[in-house]
Parts: sequence; C-alpha cells; structure tokens
Amino acid sequence: MAIFIDLLLNALVIGILLGGFYAALSIGLSITFGLLDVVNIAHPTLLILGAFIAFFLNSTWGIDPVLAGLIATPLFFAIGWVIYQIYYNAFEKSGAESLRGLAFFFGLLFIIEVGLIIQFGVDHRLVEAWYIGESANIVIGSEIDVAIPYRLLVAFVVAVAATLAIQVYLTRTFFGRAVRAVAQDMMALRLMGVDPIKVKRIAFAMGVATAGIGGALMIIVLPIEPSVGRLYIGNVFAIVVLGGLGSISGTLLAAIIIGIAESIVATFFGPSWSPAVSFGILLAVLALRPEGLFGKTAGAH
Amino acid sequence: MTRILANRVRVWLLGGLMAAAFVFSAPLATTAEAQSKDPIKVGFSMALSGALAGGGQQSLVAIQLWAEDMNKKGGLLGRPVELVFYDDQTNPKNVPGIYSKLLDIDKVDLIVSGYGTNLIAPAMPIAIEREMTFMGLFGMNANAKWEYEKYFSILPAGPDPAVGFSEVWFQAVEKKFQPKTIAIIAADAEFAQNLKEGAVRNAKAFGMEIVYEENYNPKTPDFTPILRAANAKKPDAIYIASYPNGSAGLVRALAEVGTDAKAVGGGMVGLQFAGIMAGLGPMLNGIANYDFFVPEPTMNLYPGASDLIDRYQAKVKAENLKVDALGYYLVPWAYANVDILGQAVQAVGSLDQDAIADYIRDNEFTSVVGKVKFGKNGEWERPRTLVVQYQGITNNDLSQFATAGTRKIMLPADISTGDLQPFNDLRK
Repeated sequence: MAIFIDLLLNALVIGILLGGFYAALSIGLSITFGLLDVVNIAHPTLLILGAFIAFFLNSTWGIDPVLAGLIATPLFFAIGWVIYQIYYNAFEKSGAESLRGLAFFFGLLFIIEVGLIIQFGVDHRLVEAWYIGESANIVIGSEIDVAIPYRLLVAFVVAVAATLAIQVYLTRTFFGRAVRAVAQDMMALRLMGVDPIKVKRIAFAMGVATAGIGGALMIIVLPIEPSVGRLYIGNVFAIVVLGGLGSISGTLLAAIIIGIAESIVATFFGPSWSPAVSFGILLAVLALRPEGLFGKTAGAH
Repeated sequence: MTRILANRVRVWLLGGLMAAAFVFSAPLATTAEAQSKDPIKVGFSMALSGALAGGGQQSLVAIQLWAEDMNKKGGLLGRPVELVFYDDQTNPKNVPGIYSKLLDIDKVDLIVSGYGTNLIAPAMPIAIEREMTFMGLFGMNANAKWEYEKYFSILPAGPDPAVGFSEVWFQAVEKKFQPKTIAIIAADAEFAQNLKEGAVRNAKAFGMEIVYEENYNPKTPDFTPILRAANAKKPDAIYIASYPNGSAGLVRALAEVGTDAKAVGGGMVGLQFAGIMAGLGPMLNGIANYDFFVPEPTMNLYPGASDLIDRYQAKVKAENLKVDALGYYLVPWAYANVDILGQAVQAVGSLDQDAIADYIRDNEFTSVVGKVKFGKNGEWERPRTLVVQYQGITNNDLSQFATAGTRKIMLPADISTGDLQPFNDLRK
C-alpha cells in the first residue's frame, strides 16, 4: 500500500509539473489561435527557435537558460509583430487567411527549421544549469519519497507566473479587454473607433513572445534538435482546444489535466497508453463540451 | 452562435492541419557531386534532419569521404562515383518515394540504405521488387521478415541480431552481478522493439525474471514516472532500448530519481553522439551501454578506422560542418557500408546485381571495421558489439570523450579496458 501511495503521490506531483511545462508551450497559441483565430502552426517551431537562442546564450556565455529566455522575449515580440504584419497584408486583409494562411505558417515553420539546421546543425542540444539533473526529495515516513525534479519545478513556476501575468493583463487592463473584444466582435470594436488590426498585431506579438521563454523551458526539460517542434504540434493544439479557445487560465488547467493523466497512466498502466489517454480526454470533452472545458458557450455572447 | 460555429470550424481546421502535419513529407533534393564523365551513381536516403539526423549527417560525410577516395583511385570500374541522396527527414513514410525516385528518375546504379532500422525497413520492398543488392546501415534485424538474399547488414550484431546485439550486455552484467530480476524499457519504434525482443529472450536465457516491461511513446517529454514505476519493482538491472530523445530523458531521470539497480543501460541510441554526451556530462557515469567504436587503446583491431576518423574530424573542422564533431559512432560503419559494395563491384567487374550479391555473400571483406563476413539474412557471421561503461566523467567538456578512459570497454574480453562497476558506485 505504501508503494502505491508513493507512486501515486509522485505521479501527481510530476503530472502537475509536467502540466505547467505543457502550459508554457501552449499559452502563446492560446492567444494567437484561441483568441485571434490565427492558426499559427509555426508556434512549436518558434519555441524551438527560443530553445536554440537559450542554448546559444547558455553555451557561449553561461547565461542561465531562464534568464536567456527572458532576454529573448522582446526579440520574439518583434518577430511576432513582423509575422502578423506580413500575414495580415498578404492573407487576412483579402480574406484568404484560412488555407493560404495555413500554408504561410507551414512555410514559416520550414524556413525557421532549415535556418536552425544551417546555423546549429542537427545534433541534439542540451543546456547546463544547476537545477538540471537534481531534485528535491520530500520524505514521509520510511517508504514514501516524493522527488521533485528542479528542471520541471522551474518550468512549472515560470509557466504559471507567465500564465497569471497574461491572464491579469487580458482581464484587468484596457488593452487586454480590447484583445478579448477583438476575439468576440471585430466589427463592433471598429465602430467604437478602435483599430482592431493594431490590437491583433500587438496581441499576436505577445503570443509569439511567449515562445522566447517557452523555448528556454523546453530545452531545460528535454534535449532539442531543429525538427523536434513538429512532434508537439498536435499536443499544443489539443491543449488549447481542450482548455477552451480563448481561455488562458483554461489552457493552464487543461495542460495540468493532460500532465496528470499522462503521468498517472505512465506510472500505473504503462507509458505507451499515455498519448491515447490524452487524446481520449480531448475527444470526450469535445463530444460533451465542443467549446472546450473553459470555453465560452453561445449564451455568454 | 457565430462563435460556436467559428470554434467548430477551427476544430475541423485543427484536424486538417494535424493530418497535414503527418502527411507533409516533401523530400528535400540535395545536389549530388557533379562528375564530368559517365558516372556510377550510388543512391540513398539519409536522415539529414529529424531525430536521427545526428547519425545521418555523420554517415553522409563518411560516404562522401569514400566517394572522394574512390575517385582519387580512378573510380569504380574506371568510372567516377557520383552520390545521389535525399533527406528522409527521419520519416519512414518518405523512404519508399525516395528509393522509387532514385531508381526511376535518377537511374542510380547502386543503392545503399539510410541510417537506422526505421529507415531501412520501408526501403526493403522497393529493393526486393527491383532485385537490387541492398546494403543496410545499422539495421536491427531488418531482413528477418523478408529473408531477401541480396540484403547485407552493416551492424556487428551476429547472425541473430535481435539477440546478438544485447547478448554481450547480458553476459557482462551476469558475470559481474548475477541479477535475479530485470526491468526492460523500450521506445515504441521498430529498432527498439526488435532490441527489446532480443533482450527479453536474453533475460530468459540468463534466468532473469522480467519484473517490468513497458514501451514508451517517442514524444515522451519526461521519464521520471516510467523510472519510478520500474524502480517500484526493485529490479537488479534495467535494460533500456531507446532513441536519442528518450536516451537523454532517461539519463536525466536517472539523475533525478535514481535507482538501486546495479546495471543500467544496454541499447541506448544517442549516448554516443557528441552533442548528447557533452550535454549530459557526469550524468552518464555508471551507464553501461552498447557501442561499436570508442577511442580506447585496444580498438586497433579496426585498421584504418582511426585514420578515417582523424580525416573526418579534420574535414568537419576545416569546412565548419555542423555535424557530430567526433564521429566515432557511425563514420567507420557508414564508410564500410559503401566500401564493401564498391569492393564487390570492382571484383565482379560489372553492375550485375546478382553477381554483386553472390560475391558479397561468398567472400570475406577487409574494411575500416576489420574483417567482415556475412551469414544468414545478410547479417554478420559473428557479433562484435562492445559493452562500454561511462566512467570518470567530471564535466561537460566534449574533448574528454575523444580520449581513452571515459567509455571503457567491458566486453569483448580480449579488448577489455576496464571492469564493470555497480551503477551507483560511479555516481557522485
């Protein structure tokens, strides 16, 4: 029984931490895709770009990866600004964003990926920091020992802080409310004398900016090579949809639900079942609540 | 209502883009070396991007070195050698199309495989259908189901590779620790599953009880729950068959969660790659893993391999290539893969695929990986896999892995350079 409790507690703790990590990967997409309707499938690759910038700063000057991520964040804001401007002028303005816009982001994905291969090569990269490979142990009695890997704890704390900051910004500030208004009704916003494109541009740039810190967290948690972002396209979109399109806190909670489900299934039923359970949860939720766990229903509008 | 519809449209769009992500597989054509005369074209796919690109890129440089060597010596059959290759992106779905293009459009004369079982298996039907002699680079039992008589494997794992690959690891562990129980963790991928099948057979043959046996998804970002579940069964040894992401993830999990098992490792691909070795550094201490070539003094049984690796490292440095800086893992083998095919073509004096295959089957070759004789299913007659243990690694400096002492050879006994230590004795 003690072994079962030990495994369960460890699975729960790791699941929650893993959920924070998933949230860090998904939160930017929750803004760009969830709020702004821009299917930015290049987001996971932008995360890899963030990871490589963290790797470069860490391996060249020994800068802590989290700090490196924060340093890169303004750069990613600028990148997001430029990407949206191109996307708007080329596709959204003419109403051709659905399919051609998708192709645009696919193209962007491959350009970034090939650029990374040219610059860094294809080897797996890791960063060095005191908290990687170490863990805190909470011992209860003689048989329960809960290990908390610092790298996951760092990812969790940073992800939760970023999520809360974005949530507060979007709900408590004038500009944040404008972003949510864009998501609800662009025309109404235009009639109020606000330029919705400007709002969308800044909000999109915010979403992409999270890839700076999210990428740094990614390389803290796992080894990175230029194409690894593709593996996570399905996961991050699934988390955003599960949380409810446009719900930032929903994305965090959905990520934690997926993290706990994967961890418990991996511990007690075998890791090969983890993806099936994650996507099973997604399908079940979409069947019962098509708007996602925390998405707004029609009545809310 | 509009919002609900928009949401649904986006959900459908999401489904579409996920499907597109899987289907999207346009191979990147890479310009081959141009030759002025009527060349002999050697075609292959190679993992130049994706999860196995760390190995694929160094294999490509090795094959290019072979082509340079051949052309300096006057080519094959008096004709220059030209390489035609495409990036398979470590995606098996790309491989059949690449080999069809190589044979139908590029009209290559000879084919060899890309790097790794997952990329060899999907090429087998094309090679068989076109009756081509096919050299496989690091294919784990890739011909077991086909039994194709013109397939030859460059993997020193013996006639039954699934068993032979891990047998030496089990011998080393049994001799030192006599484990009663073992946990087996494997990636859900072709290579790792073949390896796991062999490990299960070896565990039974050595009288070990398998107390934990699970596969993991290659996308798994964190391995601590898996390791905890394995540890809960209190295994004396843990055998791991993993690809690079999983290998690095499991090494980190071992550092964070620990284990009481005396022996850990076995079939962890990627721990031989320069980037991963340097990134993991001291976390590797104690891992006992397979390898094929390490810079230990007893490795002189491979005449020419050290010179080849020196040339590779010089080329990487001079041309600032973004590939594995050391090249120990794959360079000699990728070179031997084409070298043996080239030797057979020269000896036969033609490009007749039956004659080439007959010659390879009937003769012993000497290449940079020593003497090679093929047996059943084109596998090696005798295994020559190494068991090495990571020892004495103090930091993340890559250069330490280019010197003797960090990957000591446990078995084979005749080239052994160290004793297998309990896993935890080598941890800090």
